[in-house]
Parts: sequence; C-alpha cells; structure tokens
Amino acid sequence: MAEITTLAEAVAGLVGDGDLVALEGFTHLIPFAAAHEILRQGRRRLTLARMTPDVIYDQMIGMGAAERLIFSWGGNPGVGSLHRLRDAVERGWPVPLALEEHSHAGMANRYVAGASGLPMAVLRGYRGTDLGRVTPTVATVTCPFTGEELTAVPALNPDLTVVHAQQADRQGNVQLWGITGVQREAVLAATRSLVTVEEVVDRLEPRSGSVVLPGWVVTVVAVVPGGAHPSYASGYSTRDNAFYRDWDAISRQRERFTSWMREHVLG
Amino acid sequence: MAEGGYSADEMMTVAAARRLADGDVCLAGIGLPSLAANLARRLHAPECVLVYESGTIGSKPRVPPLSIGDGELADTADAVVSVPEIFNYWLQAGRIDVGFLGAAQIDRHAALNTTVIGPYESPTVRLPGAGGAPEIASSARRVIVVLRHSLRAFVERLDFRTSVPGDGPTAVITDLGVLEAGPGDRELILTAVHQGVAVDDVRAATGWDLRVAPAVDVTPPPATAELDALRAMTA
Repeated sequence: MAEITTLAEAVAGLVGDGDLVALEGFTHLIPFAAAHEILRQGRRRLTLARMTPDVIYDQMIGMGAAERLIFSWGGNPGVGSLHRLRDAVERGWPVPLALEEHSHAGMANRYVAGASGLPMAVLRGYRGTDLGRVTPTVATVTCPFTGEELTAVPALNPDLTVVHAQQADRQGNVQLWGITGVQREAVLAATRSLVTVEEVVDRLEPRSGSVVLPGWVVTVVAVVPGGAHPSYASGYSTRDNAFYRDWDAISRQRERFTSWMREHVLG
Repeated sequence: MAEGGYSADEMMTVAAARRLADGDVCLAGIGLPSLAANLARRLHAPECVLVYESGTIGSKPRVPPLSIGDGELADTADAVVSVPEIFNYWLQAGRIDVGFLGAAQIDRHAALNTTVIGPYESPTVRLPGAGGAPEIASSARRVIVVLRHSLRAFVERLDFRTSVPGDGPTAVITDLGVLEAGPGDRELILTAVHQGVAVDDVRAATGWDLRVAPAVDVTPPPATAELDALRAMTA
C-alpha cells in the first residue's frame, strides 16, 4: 500500500543527488509540480530520463539540476527549440550536459525491458542511422530462430519514476486515463515511484482504456491538484498551449529564464 | 503570397495532402506533416486514419493539434494505446501505410537529419533529435517528407543521419516541387515543379547535382476548396 503524503515530504524522501530519475508523461499528465519541488529542494547531478524532455526538463536543465540526459526527442512540441537544453549542450550553461539519445521506439522498449525484469529489449530499429555510432546503448543481435539481425537496447531502470495521474484511492491505488504514454512501464521499471494525483477518491470508478497501478507497486502518492500544468490532466484540465508558446520567449535568454524560475517556481 | 493569391507554403501543404489516398493509415509528425494529413481528411481522404506517436489511433481533430498529445487527439480517437504499443504492435508490425515526416536536412537518398547542425560532440545547433522518425521512416510502407527547399536543407552530406527510409515509395514535397526516390539506387529524382517554378530554380536550391525526370510535371495550383480548407485550419 502506497504512503499518501505531501509533495515536499515525498520528494525529500525519494530523490537524492546523483539519482537516475524519470519524470514521464507523453504530452499529457506531465508531473511539473514534482519537478518544481525537486528544484526547490536543490537536487543536483541528476541523470534525467524522459522520452520527450519538453518544457519540464528545459526548466530542470536550465537550473543546473542535471548532468546527464537520456531521451529521444528534445523540443517544445509545435513551437520549436528547448533553449535551455540547447544552451547546456551547445555552451555548457549552467553546467555541461551529457546526452544519451535514442529513438522513441528504443526508449519505449527500454522501459518495457525494465518493467519486464529483462536485461534488454529487441526491436527492428535505428536502421542506417548514426544513432548507433554515438549512443553506446544501441547494439545489434541476431535472432537465434530466423537469423534476422535486430537492434538491442538495454533495460532502463530508474532509481525513481515520477508520474502524474488523475486519481488515487485511500489505499494508494492509482488510475490514469487518456493518453497514458509509457507511464505504466516507467513506474514498473523503477526502484521507487512517486505519483502525484489530482485528487484522492473513496473508490476508483473503472474507466475505459485506463491504466491502474495497484498501491503496492507505488511507493508514495502526493495530492497535487493542477500538478501537470502547463500540461494537462484529461477530465480535469486542458493543455495550456499558450504557455508552451510563451515559454519560447521566457526561456530564450538566461537572465529572463532565471528570474522567471525564481519568481514562479523557487518562490 | 505568390502570384495567383496563395503562398509557396500553402502550395507545399496542399501538394503534400494530395499524396494521401482515402483509407490510408498515416502516422504523422507534428507541424507541417500533421497539418497536411489533417487537410487531406477534410478534402479527398475523409477515411484516412490518423495515428499519432502518443498512442491515439483514428484521431479526428476538429482543430489542428499543437502537440501530438493534445487532448483533442485522444478524445476523437477510435482507440488510445500506450506508446510501446504504438511503436511495437502498430508501426513495427507493418500496420502503417504512410509515414509523414519533416526534417532540417535531407540528402540525395532522402536520409534525414533532425539531430544536430555541425559536429555531434560540439554542435552549432542542437536540434530536437530522433523522436519516432527512424522507425517511422523504416517501417511505414510509404514515406512522405515535407520540407522547404534550400541549400541549407538539401545538402550533399548530412551532419547526422537520424532517419533512413526503407525500400518503399518515398516522396519529398517542398515549396518548389516534388522529388521521388528512383529505381535501383533510390536517388531522388525531380518529378514535378509547382506552377511558376522552373527546374533551374530547384537545382539552385539543391546542394547536389539534381537528377531530373525526362518529363517534369507541373503541380496544379491549389484549388479554391483546398485553400479554403487549409486557411480555415490555420486561421
């Protein structure tokens, strides 16, 4: 049974400097509030894993919380660049950022292997690309049954996975619905997990297409209404597309970014 | 605006939309590819099935999405599945007819770069990276690439090979014309220019010695219905 506590207590107990942390959510249900709490608590030297680093990791990277990024697509969807990610990679500001990059198919399968307790996943991927040349965690294997040459990627097992969900019940069972991305796999692949939720309800009503995480595979639940903003929680909020557009100007210059983070996140 | 009251970008988007057939199952990247696919659904391909990497299958968005995970895509979908399922069961297993991609750079074999400009270890521009493109390019039955024609984009040598199309038909739709992978070595051949564009204009915007088809078609300009539908989506 998952412990239900405050976000500050949850982050204090679950995140250490140097940890491999995955904050997942594919456009939908991105755990922004948890990322902000990690920043307020001053965690450093994190390895951040996430398929789509998005604005959430732009903020964490820009504040110097990460030394390494494992990812597959680092942009502001439909808007353009992540300027803080680019500044860290192109100019080492505020600290250098090492990259381990994959394709979406590779990252998704790395979580699947992690959740399955397997050392690696096999896929038909990365064909003819330079990714295998620059990313040591891409290799080839030969199928013992057909002889086909396939791509292998190692399991990704975060120290901590953080996701946002719509609901938990009082035993810490969690339900999320809408676009559920890779969250089930990312939680099951991790040593520890934190789920922020819109609300705690007496009873989870079954919903079509939902993902249910039994409380005994979740370490901690914290109630954070609106905790996915500017991403969204289907049934509770809509994506704040205007903020994603505004982020381009907020994040373009170091000083404006830093003062914005001080005012809106660090508090 | 070009002569005749439409822009080169509008011509490109309309020409890209025309490549989709009714009933095609199409996995589209965000931006121009998604816009063109949605335009096709509003015109000649109402039964075109839109699949997004976020896990939505059969999305029928009433407004073009900003991201591939907008709630509208899930709310209007026939099914919403997980991201591993989209890539493994639907794309890798061969259920996608058309992969619709953009790129920052392209070479003569339609290999695409969306990773870096400059050396990988010390890039002058760090681009978003691969996303779903490597497997979309290699696993979809057909590949359509949409990008603006320029010497910066159409390069002799890519700074990074992010995605390489498979053996199926590959078409590149630009603001100047249409290039298609030829037989044999699959080098791109200019097969059509948009109205008002000369073959030499395309050569001048291409960073390699461009192959040109013996008879180059001229793309019909956007019809009123096509322009109206596109402008209604982007207004």
